[in-house]
Amino acid sequence: MDTPSDFTLSCPIPISDYPTVLLAHGGGGKLSHMLIERMMLPAFGNPALDARHDGAVFTLDGGARLAFTTDSYVIHPLFFPGGDIGSLAVHGTVNDLSMCGARPLYLSAGFIIEEGLPMETLWQIVRSMQQAAQRAGVQIVTGDTKVVDRGKADGLFINTAGVGVIEHALRIAPQSVRPGDVLLVNGDLGRHGMAIMAVREGLEFESAIESDSAPLNGLVQELIGAGIAIHCLRDLTRGGLASALNEIADVAQVSIAIEESRIPVRDDVRAACEILGFDPLYVANEGRLVAFIAPQDADRALEIARAHPLGQGAARIGTVGEGGRAGIVTLRSRIGAARIVDMMSGEQLPRIC
Amino acid sequence: MKYLDEYRDATTARQYAQAIARVTTRPWTIMEICGGQTHAIVKFGIDELLPGTLTLVHGPGCPVCVTPVDLIDKAIDIAGRPDTILCSFGDMLRVPGTAKDLLSAKAVGADVRIVYSPVDCLKIARDNPAKQVVFFAVGFETTAPANAMAVYAARQQGIANFSMLVSHVLVPPAMQAILSSPHNQVQGFLAAGHVCAVMGYTEYEPIARRYHTPIVVTGFEPVDILQGVYMCVRQLEEGRAEVENQYSRVVRREGNPQAQKLIHEVFEVSPRVWRGIGEIPNSGYALRPAYADFDAERRFHLTARAAEESSECIAGLVLQGVKKPDQCPAFGTRCTPERPLGAPMVSSEGACAAYYNYRRTAAEPAPLRQSGG
Repeated sequence: MDTPSDFTLSCPIPISDYPTVLLAHGGGGKLSHMLIERMMLPAFGNPALDARHDGAVFTLDGGARLAFTTDSYVIHPLFFPGGDIGSLAVHGTVNDLSMCGARPLYLSAGFIIEEGLPMETLWQIVRSMQQAAQRAGVQIVTGDTKVVDRGKADGLFINTAGVGVIEHALRIAPQSVRPGDVLLVNGDLGRHGMAIMAVREGLEFESAIESDSAPLNGLVQELIGAGIAIHCLRDLTRGGLASALNEIADVAQVSIAIEESRIPVRDDVRAACEILGFDPLYVANEGRLVAFIAPQDADRALEIARAHPLGQGAARIGTVGEGGRAGIVTLRSRIGAARIVDMMSGEQLPRIC
Repeated sequence: MKYLDEYRDATTARQYAQAIARVTTRPWTIMEICGGQTHAIVKFGIDELLPGTLTLVHGPGCPVCVTPVDLIDKAIDIAGRPDTILCSFGDMLRVPGTAKDLLSAKAVGADVRIVYSPVDCLKIARDNPAKQVVFFAVGFETTAPANAMAVYAARQQGIANFSMLVSHVLVPPAMQAILSSPHNQVQGFLAAGHVCAVMGYTEYEPIARRYHTPIVVTGFEPVDILQGVYMCVRQLEEGRAEVENQYSRVVRREGNPQAQKLIHEVFEVSPRVWRGIGEIPNSGYALRPAYADFDAERRFHLTARAAEESSECIAGLVLQGVKKPDQCPAFGTRCTPERPLGAPMVSSEGACAAYYNYRRTAAEPAPLRQSGG
């Protein structure tokens, strides 16, 4: 279904399967994937979109390479330990551009505001966005505000889009992943998701779990600047590490093997996951990335990451398989056995006992 | 992390695996009762460490899986009524009823909420006095005390707009049903540690004697399970059939008397239908007559109705340990977590979900034993 003439007018997702949109269609797992693969890609298909990266990369006539991305933020609560919807909306789009290897430059901000939202709340969020943009070195250059009736939005929704420039010759994309590549993460996983869950569910720990929300452009620019052969980058948002690795394994048609004992997860996050029956591999992060690095540069990349404030907890967690079945992610458990790490199906739901 | 890392330690796990191999001289089949144990076994690959002559089969201890279809239909019926809030553990939401699941009901407007504790429903009921708040009380003995507490507290606090749709099941009658079956292959049990934390294990002692079958009360971490298997195999090899307690850091022989007292205050033993298995006498809890006001089936005048199971689903055989999930012709093809034919494919304690998520052998052979990074 590459050309518009092949595009059919009937809904590509069988009504019998899903007559209505479920929350899980937005959960970052298999159903989200299906929505994109079966509905969006065939409808909009073009080379930039078909790369299935965190943003689109294209070359202008003069030769300049740009990255362009967008994301919407619909988080409850609006304020959480370690951030708020405003800083999140800036970091998310900055990070998506960074994952394309771009230096983020300009952002847009669209606000959908529910009638009745306290003006002070909106002001706090706008200020938080301003500070986040300043920290990330980007400017919010255009925007839009809409107000909807009470009950039609959960306080506030924000959309941001962003443009960045690619100033190097690397092709940072899933298609560049090669067997032997080493996988690095820049720190402990699962903090953002569990920070939100803890607030929502009133779970209390000795100290609050803070979101890892942060702009990753500085760290990425340092790695690029040092000449590290980065093959692919992906931020570990919805669906967590497991979903990101599955997407990349699928697009790049490689196998990926990771080691459970090498994946950093903080004790309080692990404890919260144990209580709720969540797997930290599937929990969202907002300041974490996985980098696929050519093996000869892996040690140096780890050193550079660990010297950066947002990479102190960086770790080498696995490799791209030389053999193995394409599209499959496996994990060696703590006790030494291997298993599949699948893409999440629907949302993670807390278990009974 | 304390109480976790030492029970997931690779060296200790291997030592137990070696000890099991040393004492095993014949083929044995052991069933782990609890779906939580099944998931740990498959997720950590514990069975890969065991000698080939030792077979672990997966038991019925997945509360979501054994909840009958007609109760799920009733829950969907309640959820769809105006001014009603249906509260449930998250696990139940994806389990298929006759026509749909609770998540789909939610998508078309039903007020379905996930709670972590049934007691949370009382707050929801207080905050929504004009609405009926119903908790879908599913589970084994483990969840019974908290469910009993919610009903007990609702009566104490005079919360009249709260009720409970009860589908409570008990482990010992299910073990007896399995052992009495002509198809039974189970020679030893790993009993569910958390069920025994509540109930103790005295009620297992007559079962071990009557069926001459060893029962080891076992925890949920890899080292727990390997130690449980070791203790069970030793009994089998020595011809003993006793109840032993591997999970002694949590379980006492008499269990938790306060919790039991609360359960017996609110619930009485009753017959229950188990999805895929059928009715087992004295195998569940129902609200006592004194608490009948809190029975959602009565409050909403729900009566038994014809519920349809997928004819292709072999969940009943899987839950009794007769078949393994990947022996089902629909596994991973016509039955997946996105389009489940039966509950074990979507429950976080379901054996089919464990095989699908971590192993997936029938549809696609799993690439095990790759080198790591």
